[in-house]
Amino acid sequence: MSKLQTGVLGVFPHLDTATDAIRSLRAQGYELTVYSPTPRHEVEEALGTKESPVRIFTLIGAFTGTAAGTALATWASLDWPLVVGGKEIIALPGFSVIMFELTILLGALSTVAGLFILGRMPHVGPPEAPMYHPSFTAGNFGVFAHAPRDRYGDVQRIMNESGSEEVLVDQR
Amino acid sequence: MSTTVTTVTRSEFHPDVESYQQVNRDALSLLTNPGKGYIALLGMAVCLVGLLVVAELHNIIYGLGMVGENWTVLITTFVFWVGIGHAGTLISAILYLFRAPWRQAIYRFAEAMTVFAVLTAALFPLIHIGRPWFFYWLLPLPSQRHIWPNFRSPLLWDVFAVTTYLTVSSVFFFIGLIPDIAAARDAATTPVRKRIYTALALGWRGTDREWRHFTRAYMFLAALATPLVLSVHSVVSWDFAVSIVPGWHTTIFAPYFVAGAILSGVAMVVTLMVPVHRIFRLGAYFTPVHYDRLAKLLLLTSTIVGYAYAMEYFMAYYSGELYERDVFWDRVTGDYWWAGWSMITFNAIIPQLLWIKKVRQNLNAFFLITIFVNIGMWYERFVIIAPSLAHSYEPWKFWNYHMTWVDASLLLGSFGWFFMWFLLFLRFLPGLSMAEIKEVLPPPMKRTGAAHHAEDSHATSVELLPTGYNEWEAR
Repeated sequence: MSKLQTGVLGVFPHLDTATDAIRSLRAQGYELTVYSPTPRHEVEEALGTKESPVRIFTLIGAFTGTAAGTALATWASLDWPLVVGGKEIIALPGFSVIMFELTILLGALSTVAGLFILGRMPHVGPPEAPMYHPSFTAGNFGVFAHAPRDRYGDVQRIMNESGSEEVLVDQR
Repeated sequence: MSTTVTTVTRSEFHPDVESYQQVNRDALSLLTNPGKGYIALLGMAVCLVGLLVVAELHNIIYGLGMVGENWTVLITTFVFWVGIGHAGTLISAILYLFRAPWRQAIYRFAEAMTVFAVLTAALFPLIHIGRPWFFYWLLPLPSQRHIWPNFRSPLLWDVFAVTTYLTVSSVFFFIGLIPDIAAARDAATTPVRKRIYTALALGWRGTDREWRHFTRAYMFLAALATPLVLSVHSVVSWDFAVSIVPGWHTTIFAPYFVAGAILSGVAMVVTLMVPVHRIFRLGAYFTPVHYDRLAKLLLLTSTIVGYAYAMEYFMAYYSGELYERDVFWDRVTGDYWWAGWSMITFNAIIPQLLWIKKVRQNLNAFFLITIFVNIGMWYERFVIIAPSLAHSYEPWKFWNYHMTWVDASLLLGSFGWFFMWFLLFLRFLPGLSMAEIKEVLPPPMKRTGAAHHAEDSHATSVELLPTGYNEWEAR
């Protein structure tokens, strides 16, 4: 387990107090994990997060789908040619539907793969690590500062000054 | 009665919703205490599924001989159910990309409807092939004689389109559910529910990392699902349009089918929403704004469909093609006049009443119109299929379709199958998207005016009359 798994968790009923805590803790150099019941721009701005690279997965998946659709239809048609009225065996207008559907299918599946890989999912089991509070899916915001034991007091002070309703200390 | 007016900051779409916690309470209350009415409805749906099973067993044992001429009901009902699914993806994906905030409260219903409608549609090709256990022959799998399905055939396009649609809409549906299943997990009181929701939530905690990738992935899924919606019913329409049967061989079919699909889908969304709204008292989430927008969408698609009907007749006339003209004339004056006129009346004429604001805002009237559209859209598919095949090029091939008991059982059974899954969904999975409804609510703030993006959350100062916002519902 990473050394950063220990720390202090603050529970915030308000968004503005949570973002205050995020800014103060970031200024002190703490690494943070923030919980929220819904995605909020304010949290992303306070954390300074970058664009998610999920799009790379989508792009690669979609191109793979187009290539797979073209290859499948072409190879299968050449494997047993059905010559009808002298028409082309490799008929791209006819194959375009297959190419399109596989583009979408593999694009979507690879997007989900991207979400799972980058979001470190699925994690089948209770969401315990590093620290968690069930009220985070209901309405509260949570800020977990990854910190060594000797810094707990400092983190607790920042959380309380920002307006945390409850501060929980990791006892492991 | 007091006349005091209170000015508070609320979402313009959900002025009766006060907090994030209230959203969870209301949404999760759907998962408990279903009541006797729910059990009765589920029982009816299961009985209809029993009818479907009996009819299909008859088909398997005695062959497809008892299915009416040209598999009319099988094809009609297949196209009908694929169409029903479309509004779900329209609401969940297309309106998502257009940032239409009124979709948040209703999209979960619409999306569930999509998945179950496509699941219902998928039954019909399986029944149609006669030996459903050989369904994998439809797929391009290598056989020992190197015979492949024909990639230039619209029927194979259909296999790819519908399978892709079912897969992508199911994935989109499930990914959207994950944060809400996590909320159900955290609120679960019984150990069994806790365990099941824990497994289904995939460990979701709502961390910044998870949301960052989730929101991007969801947007890309929506972006991929959008052209898919338009393509699937276009491909279904090409099953007909690529052939040279009179009444089918027209270029308008793809947009006409897509508009018709969205019309029938929106109608079905409202048909499902109104009873759920009334039974579970969801007036705070399904507000007049939502019904008004859906009514306008229905009106728009009905007008497009009406235009397409008129164009079909114009093109039949203008083409000078004898067989084409004859088929269209037959649709309104021949043996199927009742179906032809039902289609035109229910789909193109009755929804025009929605231009009137009073009709649009009367929930009972709107509900009734959607029932008419549901029936009319089934007739639309029937009118495309039965008269064109019954009145083809050669008079010796003319025949009239007669519905058999197997046809009727399969049709009714398909409704049972659809409603059974939908009712089970309402009971076991969150029917309202808690995470997304919270996005349109003003966030909880300690300091007034601290929201950076109040305009994004559609927060507004609304005047709340103590008499209640949903007074109109009583009308």
